[in-house]
Amino acid sequence: MKREVGRLALLLAPAAIVFCAFWLLPMARIAVLGAEGPHGLAAYSAIITDARYFNALVSTVTLSVVVTVATVIISGIAGLFLARNHFPGRALLTAMLTLPLAFPGVVVGFMVIMLGGRQGLIANLAHQLFDVRAVFAYSIAGLFAGYLYFSIPRVILTMIAAMEKLDPALEEAARSLGAGPWRVLIDVVIPALKPAVISSSAICFATSMGAFGTAFTLATRINVLSLVIYTDFTYGADFVMAAAMSIVLGAITWLVLALARTLAGSTVAAAGG
Amino acid sequence: MSTFGYRLRFGLQLALTLATCAFLIAPVIMSIMAGVTGNYFTGIARSGMTLQWLEQVWHLYSQTVYLSLQIALACLAVTLVLGVPAAYVLARSRSRLTRLVEELLVLPIAVPGLATGLALILTYGDVRAFRTSWLFILVGHVLYTLPFMLRSVLAVMSSIDLRTLEEGAASLGASFRQRFFGVIVPNVRSGILAGALMVVTLSIGEFNITWMLYTPLTKTLPVGLAETYASMRLEVGSAYTIVFFIMIIPLLVAMQMMSRERRRIVRVVEDGNGNPASR
Repeated sequence: MKREVGRLALLLAPAAIVFCAFWLLPMARIAVLGAEGPHGLAAYSAIITDARYFNALVSTVTLSVVVTVATVIISGIAGLFLARNHFPGRALLTAMLTLPLAFPGVVVGFMVIMLGGRQGLIANLAHQLFDVRAVFAYSIAGLFAGYLYFSIPRVILTMIAAMEKLDPALEEAARSLGAGPWRVLIDVVIPALKPAVISSSAICFATSMGAFGTAFTLATRINVLSLVIYTDFTYGADFVMAAAMSIVLGAITWLVLALARTLAGSTVAAAGG
Repeated sequence: MSTFGYRLRFGLQLALTLATCAFLIAPVIMSIMAGVTGNYFTGIARSGMTLQWLEQVWHLYSQTVYLSLQIALACLAVTLVLGVPAAYVLARSRSRLTRLVEELLVLPIAVPGLATGLALILTYGDVRAFRTSWLFILVGHVLYTLPFMLRSVLAVMSSIDLRTLEEGAASLGASFRQRFFGVIVPNVRSGILAGALMVVTLSIGEFNITWMLYTPLTKTLPVGLAETYASMRLEVGSAYTIVFFIMIIPLLVAMQMMSRERRRIVRVVEDGNGNPASR
């Protein structure tokens, strides 16, 4: 028994050492650094007290909430549709909807430029059809489109998986008892999907809060939190504030994910953005 | 009313699904087109098709492709060595301590990559030899991809009866090494393969951490992409994106095929035992 414990410890050691040396220690280091500036611990409250950070926080949270709601609605409908109907081309459609799953944020930003940039699809169409100039890639609409772009594939996957686990007999039973399609949706389908909705909302929100590549590529004037941190670090050389804000941002995303997990069971982690 | 209502709902849902699909796929197709168009502004019909942008990209950025592949493969090797044994420990011992360890190990994907990158550079940025080597980027990628390897292998390990398998092998006189490589690893290879695909795919596309860590001599593909998008004409950015798609799309398709296969297996197992096998 003792020998086995020793063996398990030995097997876990490499991962634990790498994690502690390169993640835990550096994170602890910047957490301390964040409090070592001229204002001490007050650096952490700058997220509320400093107008620049607070505005960035408000716009990032607002954007993330709107994106999350839109993503869950769109992916919920599409996921429900794909899980419930079998028609030729369904597998291909599902594959295409989940294709951008691992596109990095920078590529997502470029996809938005292809749609809404100066030479983008929408701009061309609008110019040819209505003779108006429609460039939205670099505005809040472009940011919204980009965040939607990287969120939809992830949430659709979760939704389809959750729907496939849902027993169609339940809906059948509700229908045979006289429930209309909306009643079935509200009383049967949505409650059954609740854990999937909670966890995918949390993932979507956390990813949007921390997204950097997309906003960076679009180079918008809207200050999302990650861009402010990056600017402070690179151009302002304000390591203390960059460190403190990174910790605050990390704490927010971690808390949201942890909260969702206690509410809904397991969550798959966020990626990229 | 019911058939009409049903048709209407079917039609609306189909329309929304197709519109979403167009939103996701149209820019992919457009960037592929733009990458082989002589002049995107005048259009492919007038300026013709060309490979000049791809040649230019290859001339300028082939190093980034090689470096990204090198890092992705090294990252895969490291996550296998670290992740598979760690997953085994977490599957064998479900104590409060191992749960905490699992929580900790997946933290790097719960916080934004920017924060991880910033922490690494502020802590190890002064170690010059390390900071200027590709290993600095590798460390970032390992932190970010290890949770995916761990989760993927752990999911399969928790679905099989590890202890019985091992006891069987041990009763036949197998040493731990023999049991681990001869019994456990072959039994969880679907999880290892799925994890491996995920690790390579994510490493090739990783930007948020890498952007904080790279030096002019250690540029990866996404770093090169960001530069090109910011400073070069649309056709060059598009051609570079084609190179990225060529690397990433086969991996994504393989991943989709694997997950479909797996879902099928899980369903068979669930039907067989009457209870879900996956956690």
